[in-house]
Amino acid sequence: MKEHISKQDLHLFEENILTKYRKNDSPLMQVLQESQNLYGCVPIEVQEVIGKHFRISPAKINGVVSFYSMFTLEPNGKNTVGVCLGTACYVKGGERLLDRVSERLEINLGETTKDGMFTLAPTRCVGACSSAPVIMVNDNIHGKVTSDDIPNIIEQYNK
Amino acid sequence: MANLKQIKKETLEQNPSLLNPVYKMHEKEVRVVLRNCDVIDPEDINQYIARDGYFALEKALALPPVEVIELMKESGLRGRGGGGFPTGKKWEFAYNNVSDTKYIICNADEGDPGAFMDRSVLEQDPHSVIEGMIIAGYSIGAHTGYVYVRAEYPLAAKRLQLAIDNAVELGILGECVLDTDYSLNIEIRLGAGAFVCGEETALIASIEGERGMSRIKPPYPAAKGLFGKPTIINNVETLSNVPQIIFNGPKWFKSFGTKDSPGTKVFALAGKVKYNGLIEVPMGITLGEIIHDIGKGVGKKRQFKAVLTGGPSGGCLTEKHLNESVDFDNLVRLGSMMGSGGMIVLDDHDCMVDIAKFYLDFSVDESCGKCTPCREGTIQMFKLLEKISDGTGTVEDIEKLRDLSVSVKESSLCGLGMTAPNPVLSTLEHFYDEYLEHVNDKRCKSSSCKGLINEYFITDKCTGCTICARRCPVQCISGSLKEQHTIDPSICIRCGECFASCNFDAIITK
Ligand SMILES: Cc1cc2nc3c(=O)[nH]c(=O)nc-3n(C[C@H](O)[C@H](O)[C@H](O)COP(=O)(O)O)c2cc1C
Ligand code: FES
Repeated sequence: MKEHISKQDLHLFEENILTKYRKNDSPLMQVLQESQNLYGCVPIEVQEVIGKHFRISPAKINGVVSFYSMFTLEPNGKNTVGVCLGTACYVKGGERLLDRVSERLEINLGETTKDGMFTLAPTRCVGACSSAPVIMVNDNIHGKVTSDDIPNIIEQYNK
Repeated sequence: MANLKQIKKETLEQNPSLLNPVYKMHEKEVRVVLRNCDVIDPEDINQYIARDGYFALEKALALPPVEVIELMKESGLRGRGGGGFPTGKKWEFAYNNVSDTKYIICNADEGDPGAFMDRSVLEQDPHSVIEGMIIAGYSIGAHTGYVYVRAEYPLAAKRLQLAIDNAVELGILGECVLDTDYSLNIEIRLGAGAFVCGEETALIASIEGERGMSRIKPPYPAAKGLFGKPTIINNVETLSNVPQIIFNGPKWFKSFGTKDSPGTKVFALAGKVKYNGLIEVPMGITLGEIIHDIGKGVGKKRQFKAVLTGGPSGGCLTEKHLNESVDFDNLVRLGSMMGSGGMIVLDDHDCMVDIAKFYLDFSVDESCGKCTPCREGTIQMFKLLEKISDGTGTVEDIEKLRDLSVSVKESSLCGLGMTAPNPVLSTLEHFYDEYLEHVNDKRCKSSSCKGLINEYFITDKCTGCTICARRCPVQCISGSLKEQHTIDPSICIRCGECFASCNFDAIITK
């Protein structure tokens, strides 16, 4: 489900966003984050525009994009599901929950469902350890989850 | 300019409840860093001021920077980000390094999975961190500050930005702080999901727009940091202690804690304890007091086994350490470390080999890949642990694992690799028998290692509550209500769902 970003859009991205960072000492991380938020990914065409604008080599930009797990080349599904595998959640059975979620969505960690509704993202501690085990969907935290709750949680977002 | 006294007076008149004594979870708690959490509205700067906020800044700005640094040195405050380096000394280094540009960075990357102290402080008392940063910046002569917040904490970043904006509006931050000739601008930078960026040199690389890879120290950031300029990096909790120290004086601060680890420490207590949450205790408290008195233990049905401190860089402490003092040096002596304050309690259902494997998996994932011992060594260690936990390991593998751990520890470039073997070494030291059982008897006592489980079996302890049958994803458990259930081993996928769900310890593994 790769979305095509038109020349027009890329131009606007450069005009409206990249220019904001002109005076910045080290804009790269921030502009990559802008792209990730806007398009749900940092595709090659955006990387090229950034490179031209700030005179950074494409190799370097790609190196940075591939280093950080939050930057992706393809957009995530409509909803991002993260079953927390931080230590607190792990000892409370987070891994089992992940297996159940993965069975239900019929995808593995890091994949997106065929209908584009869900991406199962690797997640390590969302800072809600006292409600472990935790499932995070988009920005919402579901705490003290048992495998019984999974169908309800998923259905809530399946629209 | 903001008249702090006036704001304090007016806000207290409107909200007299702000004068209530500091809330405590337990009588053994002492709240210094968490004193405003759950008390003030974090989005209202006036409420922070009403509780003496920014008065320490006013006091500090009236002193020459060296005297502020002297106060910090006298307080004995040690960095709460893990290393425990004396904060005053760090500032002094940066002060002495003459440069036209210097930076102050707040490390809010909170990478330890299973810890949430910094998140709570940022979300509930962001101004205390900002005040600490301004005092630090003034002391060393920095005019630009960055807060590096991990991307998983959107609310923390939002509240912090609001706090920065409000402080600028009141003239507390920005040009001419509180009408003095000192200026400081603070910006937020978001991480992008890399644990190693909590390491200070990697964090700097990340702000500079590079891959977050660490480099050899020295030179330390205090000499050559962000953009090659003198930089101090302090943890959120460290900075949030600063205003309290300046406001109440170093003597007051030293009245808590031990001689070499003064003050308090915030811990995120989680895992198999009854009370899960943040606690703030004086250093030197015993481990037992934290787990049994404040945390209320693991409950009657289970047995306390160990507590993990220091996250993927730390180790485990056991029953026999319950009377040990919790402070920087003692935890290191015991083969673990303070870390940033995560404390995960384990009970007899947790396997130490599995835990070591879990942490190693984390380190393999998060290694930045720059140095070979860490990049390759952790993978080999992980493979050995995999062998041990799936029943194909031998005693020689355990020894290989130990040797490799020592090599990786000694030869890695940065703190990540140097500490990644700690969970293995520490579990080997305290739970060697458990490792032996895995390789000799092919048995995992706590029923965690899937590779060593042949069969799940329901004993006559079963009350027929049916919960396991409902949880089973392949419906292989049968039985009527209030009667003993049975598992069909030919369908069972050994997922462990039933074992975890049983409240009566009726399910065992063979
Ligand atoms: C792998 C690794 C991860 C780290 N993660 C953090 C972190 O998440 N937060 C933090 O404050 N310090 C972290 N540190 C420690 C920092 O490098 C640095 O020592 C600390 O921020 C200094 O602040 P302090 O003196 O106030 O403790 C980490 C160190 C290493 C080696
Ligand atoms: S370990 Fe899952 S939220 Fe912290």
